[in-house]
Amino acid sequence: MVDIAEPVAARPARRFRFLLDRPDVLGAVFVAPAILYVLLLVGVPFLLAVYYSVSAYTIYDPSWRFVGLTNFAQVLRNPVFIETLGNTFLFTFASQLLGLILGKFGALLLLRPFPGRRIVRALIILPWAVPIALASVAWEWMFDSLYSVINWTLIAAGIIERSNAPNWLGNPHLAMLCVVVVNAWRFFPFAIVIFLAGITAVPQDVIDAATVDGAGFWRRNYQIIIPMTLPIVAVGLIFGIVFTFTDLSVVYLLTNGGPVNATSVLGFQGFQVGIVSGDVAHGAAISLFMLPVLLLVVAGMLRFIRRREI
Amino acid sequence: MAAVLTRDIIKKFADVSAVDGITLTVPDGEFMVLLGPSGCGKTTFLRIICGLEKQTSGDLLIDGNVVNDMPPRARGVAMMFQSYGLYPHYTVRNNIAFPLRTQGVSRAEIAKKVEWASRLLGIERLLDRRPRQLSGGERQRVALARALVREPTVLLLDEPLSNLDAKLRASARQDIKHFQQRVGVTTIYVTHDQVEAMGMGDRIAVIEQGRVRQVGTPMEIYNDPADRFVATFVGTPPMNLLSRDGKYLGFRPENFLPSDMIDDGDGGIAEFSFRVDRSEYLGSERIVYGVIEGFDAHVVTAKLPPAHVAEESIRPGEWHPFGVRRSALRYFDQDGKRVVRQ
Repeated sequence: MVDIAEPVAARPARRFRFLLDRPDVLGAVFVAPAILYVLLLVGVPFLLAVYYSVSAYTIYDPSWRFVGLTNFAQVLRNPVFIETLGNTFLFTFASQLLGLILGKFGALLLLRPFPGRRIVRALIILPWAVPIALASVAWEWMFDSLYSVINWTLIAAGIIERSNAPNWLGNPHLAMLCVVVVNAWRFFPFAIVIFLAGITAVPQDVIDAATVDGAGFWRRNYQIIIPMTLPIVAVGLIFGIVFTFTDLSVVYLLTNGGPVNATSVLGFQGFQVGIVSGDVAHGAAISLFMLPVLLLVVAGMLRFIRRREI
Repeated sequence: MAAVLTRDIIKKFADVSAVDGITLTVPDGEFMVLLGPSGCGKTTFLRIICGLEKQTSGDLLIDGNVVNDMPPRARGVAMMFQSYGLYPHYTVRNNIAFPLRTQGVSRAEIAKKVEWASRLLGIERLLDRRPRQLSGGERQRVALARALVREPTVLLLDEPLSNLDAKLRASARQDIKHFQQRVGVTTIYVTHDQVEAMGMGDRIAVIEQGRVRQVGTPMEIYNDPADRFVATFVGTPPMNLLSRDGKYLGFRPENFLPSDMIDDGDGGIAEFSFRVDRSEYLGSERIVYGVIEGFDAHVVTAKLPPAHVAEESIRPGEWHPFGVRRSALRYFDQDGKRVVRQ
């Protein structure tokens, strides 16, 4: 017998040498920054807000005295808050609806090949990409009581008289219309992208089958394409609703909540009371009213998507 | 139900002719198969008939009316797609009812017709399911029910069996033919599978590069191919072609047999000396590959009944006397067109 190999002294294995090759460890390392980010910048302020809302904390009297649900009761008795709550719903759902309609038609137009389609596709993203502060300045000028370019056009076209030209931002109803339009204008490129993704995911065979089965443009659209894109559109809509419901930038920049709270929304009201006026406790209570509403909306939408799954 | 007539249909995409002048008549109630390799334009031709594509030039007549400018919904044709194109968000019942709903048929009538179509195809128990809950074979039946339910003028089928496994395909072939005969609808069936074409078609149109090469019954296509393309495209293994002086002599592998196995009919036998290179045993037949003395070194195949030819009698490398009945020989000229020779 011959020895084929020399016996080798077993080297002590280094325990942590291949630690990063283990998927569980590596995964935890990669996910950790995101979790920390959410915990520190969302979780902690959220818990803080919950505590503020049941305390008597103001910036003039930073005491942590516990007052129970008194803040909520006081907020609910305030007619301005009730109006704000209604405004928030109106603002959110009207601007989402308008954005979705614009998005749907925009997507249908952009699906057809035409010269310059790529440029148009790039340009249409602009409302989304332009900083809202800049865009609002432009919109404010368009809605200006004296120099409104919209009024100028309508007068020049002979549709309205100079004497009774609408005061866009001064009339409560028109002001609400303005913030809804501007927000829909901001949202619709996102809706176009969502619809484009949804429509291109519908197999051509299915659309062809509907065509041969006798469906014209509208029937194809409403009975085949929209139902099939509904799950993906619903996801886009959840994002839209959540972002709009919590948003205050358009209102803050365009109308500052006015005239007389006609366009005040929850985010704006919470900011005014909690930060500007320094009444942190009531500001936190106002802001927390968004939570149950948003939870209900999101839960309802997710259920709907699961049911419609195809 | 109606006859379909096309006159010199041409379809160009940019500079490429997908369909290059097809003139075809499909009489009322006929089962016509369009057979050709992938990319030959047969599907484009089908899409022109149902109106999903518009021809560049040429006339299309359904039931005697020119329908060139009619939208698909006015043509009354039904089409079944390769991937079936079922509506995933509808139940089977609503899938089948959809073509009726687009025509404004009354509710009671729709229920009756859906019942009829689902019973015809044996899918009554699937009516409340959705397409994703069905197997491939069931989906195919639902698609067929949806196509048949409104009693179309013409039924168009675009490779409807290509998504099924081999076993299911054989039975689905029988089914489609059976339903077509029961309903009696004019049918145009596109396939690249010659077994489907031979087994189902009343007539076959062989298409290559956007042109019809030959129209005829399966027997005509197989026995009397109009040109070299048809001769080599139809039949497995394809027809043997021997070339000499630019002309071609063709014969089917099953007609190429050892001389002692052929009884000379009326016309006598053409004899060849055949060198066997290799053979394959396929159960019901034995395919023998080799070359023939005096012709270019082109591979010639013979299909032999294994019960009659023992393996040891034809070994690779051996020369054997083989022959073909003269009546089974086909001749083609330089351009590949069939010529009749006395």
